[in-house]
Amino acid sequence: MTQWSGYLGLILQGALVTIELTLMGSVLALIMAFLAGMGRVSRFFIIRALATTYIEFFRGTSIFVQLFWAYFVLPFAGLSLTPLQAGVLALGLNVGAYAAEVVRGAILSVGREQYEACTALNLGRWQGMRHVILPQALLVMLPTFGNNAIELLKATSVVSLISLADLTFQAQVVRSQTGSTLMPFLSVLVIYFALALIISWGIRTLERRMARGLDGVRV
Amino acid sequence: MDWDWNFVREIMPTLIQGVKITILATVLGSVLAAIVGLGIALARRSENRIVARSVGWFAEFIRGTPLLVQLYFIFYVLPDIGILLPPLVAGVIGLGLHYGTYTAEVYRAGIDNVPRGQWEAAKACNLGGRHTWTHIILPQAIPPMIPALANYFIAMFKETPLLSAITVLELMNQAKSVANTYYRYIEPMTLVGAFFLVISLCSVVLLRWLEHRYGRIER
Repeated sequence: MTQWSGYLGLILQGALVTIELTLMGSVLALIMAFLAGMGRVSRFFIIRALATTYIEFFRGTSIFVQLFWAYFVLPFAGLSLTPLQAGVLALGLNVGAYAAEVVRGAILSVGREQYEACTALNLGRWQGMRHVILPQALLVMLPTFGNNAIELLKATSVVSLISLADLTFQAQVVRSQTGSTLMPFLSVLVIYFALALIISWGIRTLERRMARGLDGVRV
Repeated sequence: MDWDWNFVREIMPTLIQGVKITILATVLGSVLAAIVGLGIALARRSENRIVARSVGWFAEFIRGTPLLVQLYFIFYVLPDIGILLPPLVAGVIGLGLHYGTYTAEVYRAGIDNVPRGQWEAAKACNLGGRHTWTHIILPQAIPPMIPALANYFIAMFKETPLLSAITVLELMNQAKSVANTYYRYIEPMTLVGAFFLVISLCSVVLLRWLEHRYGRIER
């Protein structure tokens, strides 16, 4: 029994690494999503082209390939990353590309009259975006962002393949040390599911809080 | 960082071997996902509350946990209870089951989109349950789903590199073994990335066409 508690400790350590990766990856993804998503609705062709290239590139190749590329190929270009850095970079850039399309869709979903109202109030493009468009668009983005965050959480399992000691990696360690297969993998699956439930609950709470005071404003 | 075309020519045959397995896994996985998804969607509409509820939770659980861990589960845990699967079969089952939970949502939306009047008309024509489904509901529900289904199959295609973790010799695994043999990561990894990028850019065109062909619902 004491042995099992030791292995459970190992798995919980892995859970911490997974949570850390998810949080850091989400922050990077959020930054990239807003940069690229707003870039896609920019006035300037160059910015639009750059944002589109970024999005198509990272959505077109899988997260696994990107991670291996970042970890194994970049060192040859003189840029050595630790597994954690490579993991956060690949996860953030990949999920950021998907979320960028959400940002673009949400910005475009705000009605034309809102843009016209901005012009009528003599707000500049940036001011209008900041005070009128984004506050409304944010609420539209939120549920899909939640799904993206769960996708990111699930994608973190891939970093175990570049020897980062996350949940999946620890499950493999426990499997090879004990020879037991059901216990490590089932408990890891349950932990992932619990984390996913926490994310979706958090997003729902956030959504409710943000929708407060907007009743009647939104159509 | 230097690119060696001779090396590229040398490793090409090995990579093409991998491409074949990748495509095979995607096709088989897609077929399985289409069937599993339909099964889940129908079970969730079942009259029997317990069946509907438990299938719903099962699908939710699979969707909330990483494919990689599920693959490990199928590959390592099932042999302990006497089911020994070849790696490719385990991989296809994993892909089919995981994406089946996604396609189930597509089916659900498609079925819900068939107007109530059609159900009532089927009843008025004295059609039984099975005939209502096969002759009235599914023929109307399936065409609008095709673009969304294709979208998930493309996503599945991009996830096939995960099969390398359970020793399926697909593209990523071939690239890794080539890279480890010659200790040259640049060419194999970049080629894998390029391959996925090219296929997914082509698939964008295919998706547009499918959306044009099937996306509109004529009433």
